[in-house]
Amino acid sequence: MKIYVCVKHVPDTAANIKVVGENGFDESVKFVMNPYDEYAVEEAVKIVQRQGGEVVAISVGKPNAVNTVRSALAVGADRGILVKSNAQFMDSDVTAEALKAIIDQDGAPDLVFTGRQSVDSEGMQTHYRLAAKMGLPVATDVVAFSMDNGKALVECEVGGGDREVMEMTMPCVIGATKGLNEPRYPKLPDILKAKKKPLQEIDFSELNIDVTAAASATAALTAVKERGDATMLQGSVTEMVEDLIKRLENDAKVL
Amino acid sequence: MSNIGVLIEMDGQAIKSSNYGVMTAACTGGSVVALLFSKNGDPYKTDLERFGAEKVVIMPESDSPAQKAGMLAAAVKEYGLQALMGLSSSRGRDLLARCACQLKAPLTLDATQVNFTDGTVLKSHFSGKTTATLKLTGDIFLVGLRPNVIEAQEKPLSAELLTFAPNVEDAGGLKVIETKKGSSGAVDLTEAEIIITGGRPMDSAENFKILDACAAEMGAAVGASRAAVDAGFAPHSMQVGQTGKTVSPKLYIGCGLSGSVQHFAGMKTAKVIVGINTDKDAPIFGKCDYGIVGDLFEVVPALTNALKARKESS
Repeated sequence: MKIYVCVKHVPDTAANIKVVGENGFDESVKFVMNPYDEYAVEEAVKIVQRQGGEVVAISVGKPNAVNTVRSALAVGADRGILVKSNAQFMDSDVTAEALKAIIDQDGAPDLVFTGRQSVDSEGMQTHYRLAAKMGLPVATDVVAFSMDNGKALVECEVGGGDREVMEMTMPCVIGATKGLNEPRYPKLPDILKAKKKPLQEIDFSELNIDVTAAASATAALTAVKERGDATMLQGSVTEMVEDLIKRLENDAKVL
Repeated sequence: MSNIGVLIEMDGQAIKSSNYGVMTAACTGGSVVALLFSKNGDPYKTDLERFGAEKVVIMPESDSPAQKAGMLAAAVKEYGLQALMGLSSSRGRDLLARCACQLKAPLTLDATQVNFTDGTVLKSHFSGKTTATLKLTGDIFLVGLRPNVIEAQEKPLSAELLTFAPNVEDAGGLKVIETKKGSSGAVDLTEAEIIITGGRPMDSAENFKILDACAAEMGAAVGASRAAVDAGFAPHSMQVGQTGKTVSPKLYIGCGLSGSVQHFAGMKTAKVIVGINTDKDAPIFGKCDYGIVGDLFEVVPALTNALKARKESS
């Protein structure tokens, strides 16, 4: 089996994000693999460990994104490919175009895994764009995956605790989410081995993708202030609860 | 005048009330065309007119998400829509994404505001730590709004009821086999107007019944923190936060929540936040509207009783 996993290099969710200029941010914070992508890598590695084949981790990102590709190699991906760009945020259609170019160059997949969204730009659609460009079926919020008779069977979270069971022809694109599996931690020997695994770096400009076709751009970033000044209620439990209800009814008008 | 389409999401045979906020946002852009997949439009025309629909377009139901997206794309062309809006719910996100790909148009999901004059949309970047202003260029754009982030406002008009059944082929490749219903028939977390959430101090799955009882008195949904889910006290489908659901209720009550950045990423656009925690220094007290320093096992039952008494006396 040949399985591609699309991974993104993003700021750690615990990082303090400082806005710089109109639409930039201080990139000296700690960066990690997008958490949702970990489920994608784990599933691909599990499949190939069972059935043979290779997992190719691919990414579009700034040069430091090579660290995230290496992280994928450290947990079992066989090869990595990074398309180096000069921006953290890129229109999802353009990103998908770059990913498709890599896949076309490297060879037809049996499966493509991604995370259901990134935790920085939160576009939630790159996998749809990629699937559309490749003419493949796509499902997201996938929490269960299996294959039977050349078809992929997935369970997707669809809200209200419900899950939709869908069957897709292969190859197909899968947006993984929490619950699909338990991502493994890399052990030191695997991290060292990963340094020797093939990792190809390509410049975005080499792919001849029309960036002016981009239709969505991050024009500005503004820090969100946390609400402060909490009204701390006083008294006995009964008193505080009565006070709360009164305030929610009369002041906040939410009850 | 621009024509703005709104994909109306159904809950069984009823229109989800969170759709009306999307219509209100759409009204700021032009003449609203409400689109729904249904056999019959008559039951819905009155409600949709009340919130500004000038056209109500009924399209045939389908089991295929790709086919539905194709019908929406055809409707965009048929009715000359400059924009297609919808709920950024699970179903909404899926349909809007598939439709955006077919139209090769930009799409913003989980948006919190649309500005039609500027052609910009606001949404979170970095899990609620920043708000991004996205500039959308092109003839058509699509927007999925975070449920309940825009308050619905009535704008009574008279709407034309139309049917539209374009010939759209199902590209094939994806078949829905069945929908497995979740265990509770409870209110959907992502669209609930009131949510009460339990953290790690809940200590067991059994104890969530205390929150269920309180929720019942308020018509609320019950959520869980990541720590509670990881400890096995609640299923992942109840998780609110960065790697769980994003919610925007009128009222959010956090019981035994520390108030972590990752949790707040999932609910910081709530209108009113209440924190209940035994630790007066818990971060949540620096980020909420009302705080109670106390034991949730005392406070929540007391709240439930007080709500019951209030109902009985009114």
